[in-house]
Amino acid sequence: MIDIVGRRYLYFAISALIILPGLLALAIWGPPAAAIDFTGGNLLELRFDSARRPAPASVVTLAEEAGIREPLVQTAGESDLVIRSKPIEADQKARLLASLEAEAGGPVTILRDEHVGPSIGAEVAQRAVGAVALAVLGILGFITYAFRGVPHAVRYGVAAILAMLHDVLVVISVQVLLGRFLSWEIDALFLTALMTVIGFSVHDTIVVFDRIRENQRVHRRLRYDTLVNHSIVQTLGRSINTQLTVMLTLLALLLFGGSTTQHFVTILLIGVLSGTYSSIFNAAPILVVWENREWRTWFRRKRAPA
Amino acid sequence: MRPFLILLLVVIGLWVVWPDNPGFHLGPFDRSIEVVRGLDLQGGLRVLLEADLPEGEEIAPEQMQSARDIIENRVNALGVTEPVVQVAGARRILVELPGIQDPEQAVSTIRETALLEFVDFSQVSPLELPALMAAPILTDYGLPVEAEEPAATEALATPAPRVYPTVLTGADLESAQAVGPDQLGNYGVSIKFTEAGAALFANYTSAHVGDILAIVLDKRIISSPSISEPITEGEGQITGTFTIEEANQLAVQLRYGALPVPLKIAESKAVGPTLGEDSLQKSLRAGIIGLVMVIAFMILYYRLPGVIASAALLIYALLTFSLFKLIPITLTLPGVAGFILSLGMAVDANVLIFERLREEMREGRNLRQATDLGFNRAWPSIRDSNLSTLITCFILFWFGSTFGASIVQGFALTLGIGVLVSMFTAIVVTRTLLHLVLDRIVSAEHPAFFGVQVSR
Repeated sequence: MIDIVGRRYLYFAISALIILPGLLALAIWGPPAAAIDFTGGNLLELRFDSARRPAPASVVTLAEEAGIREPLVQTAGESDLVIRSKPIEADQKARLLASLEAEAGGPVTILRDEHVGPSIGAEVAQRAVGAVALAVLGILGFITYAFRGVPHAVRYGVAAILAMLHDVLVVISVQVLLGRFLSWEIDALFLTALMTVIGFSVHDTIVVFDRIRENQRVHRRLRYDTLVNHSIVQTLGRSINTQLTVMLTLLALLLFGGSTTQHFVTILLIGVLSGTYSSIFNAAPILVVWENREWRTWFRRKRAPA
Repeated sequence: MRPFLILLLVVIGLWVVWPDNPGFHLGPFDRSIEVVRGLDLQGGLRVLLEADLPEGEEIAPEQMQSARDIIENRVNALGVTEPVVQVAGARRILVELPGIQDPEQAVSTIRETALLEFVDFSQVSPLELPALMAAPILTDYGLPVEAEEPAATEALATPAPRVYPTVLTGADLESAQAVGPDQLGNYGVSIKFTEAGAALFANYTSAHVGDILAIVLDKRIISSPSISEPITEGEGQITGTFTIEEANQLAVQLRYGALPVPLKIAESKAVGPTLGEDSLQKSLRAGIIGLVMVIAFMILYYRLPGVIASAALLIYALLTFSLFKLIPITLTLPGVAGFILSLGMAVDANVLIFERLREEMREGRNLRQATDLGFNRAWPSIRDSNLSTLITCFILFWFGSTFGASIVQGFALTLGIGVLVSMFTAIVVTRTLLHLVLDRIVSAEHPAFFGVQVSR
């Protein structure tokens, strides 16, 4: 039988290998840029159908000439442009559009025009933190209740939350990198994706824990770490297959779903992958670490046990 | 019994999903059944209005409600089909206008302030005033300018309704605030004109001392003072028998329009129809491709049960989609994503059951036993894992509702409904179909159907 629990510190190390660089990057580069959903500002997405799309640099100049502050211009797809800036007035927008049409030599279609005041953003961020905290409490309470027949039920809740935090950290680490290299910003959809990852992660963990719960009733004599390992291996097929089917649907969305949801789906993919990893390699092994109270020996030896 | 129930549900589902569904038109149940597309899928405008008052200031829910009603009236004038105007949280109002062509005009209609006019009543005698106060009057402001042909109009049998000349409008106003009380305990509103307004006002009042000047709000006379002396300073006062509340309200109306709460635009998002249609087509295609891939995987890996699970999955998709149409749920892009994700979770329930079934078969149980055991043993994990997802959906929905983030809400709602329906299809539909098929297989002599190698 595959021994997952025995190599638990190796798997913890793999998790750390992904999370720590992300956190380091976060410390050095600061938090990834937030979209206008949170900072307030303006977003214009334009399509140049028949016309020649102007270069971003010249669009920046035109925008500044129209009196628009801090314009950021990106190309999207074949014929689209995204212009982010501080809030703009209707007449500034009209001036920009006119000069763009002159520059491009043809009509410009407005695909999206978003304006967000600064007061909303701060509140959304606050509420999001509140919602996550509430979700953590709700899930902790629910698992402790659902596992009430098992000794130390609260450990299952805490382990599930730790695995979930792992996934949140992985997602944030990846976002830091995406933000740095692809200038993907944190928007309301990112928050939605993050919360879905939280839900999925716990969903996955509970399936493994359910098997431990069941096996504990049947095999009372088994050592706890053997029992946990058994349970992980028994649910491995299911974990991988469910992961595969969810990945298939998400991949379909990523490849064929259009640009609006690309960022959202990428975050979901990474989070779901991490969620499956953490429920197999982190959540259940944490239970063993707790059962053995292994932290008592962590700092006695100079070398971490592998 | 159960197979018929499922068949019935499928038939109802097919009827609901049918694109040309005529809807219910029976007595009180008169409604059409259509897919409600969100703004991001059909284009349109979304505006979040926020009370323009200091953070700490209490706003009565009734005030927000009546502001909502007024905005709804204005929006209805735009002729948009199915506009959404709702109070979101304590100090915001969400306005959604699907399919609107001219977002700029819509925004200005929504934030339109009440039209304040100073109207020349020099031709009106004080005796006529009470009758005029009772009904809206006509002014020449905003009317097309026509060449005057007095001879022709006088010949008409019915006199044309009287049109009064407008001297100034609220656009010439710089500020307004309540003042008072005077010796009689009455409050008034002091107004200050812009430079251009002040000049016009000075000219007019100098020429019309002694005449009545009506102050008209949205074509209704609110006050009709007579000009006692020329006003050249660009400041004036509207006096009358106002209480302090009335004076305050009038000042606010003059500044912000006829809303009980001053509102500013906190957020506005316009999606062009091109992008919406594009996104819809692409998500639909992605959904179908995803579904096909999942079905292929299930059949290749789980064989016979995979076929059954695929049938169950199609029924799942059918039932969920009919629920979306029936309730109706507004489908947004994240909503579609939530639906596609819930497909994955629906598969999960089947995977859990089949993994269990295979395990039991490997241990040498016969088909019937393995099926029943597989279901019973998989149930606690299906139940608990889905319940935790529902908890998350619930919190997400609440998170979305407090600040009018309909995208977050749409996602949580479709995922939540998906999870509930998936539990039903896994437990009822898959199980019934499996029994239906298995009862016709004589014995477990075909382990290959299940992708299992039994060693005895």
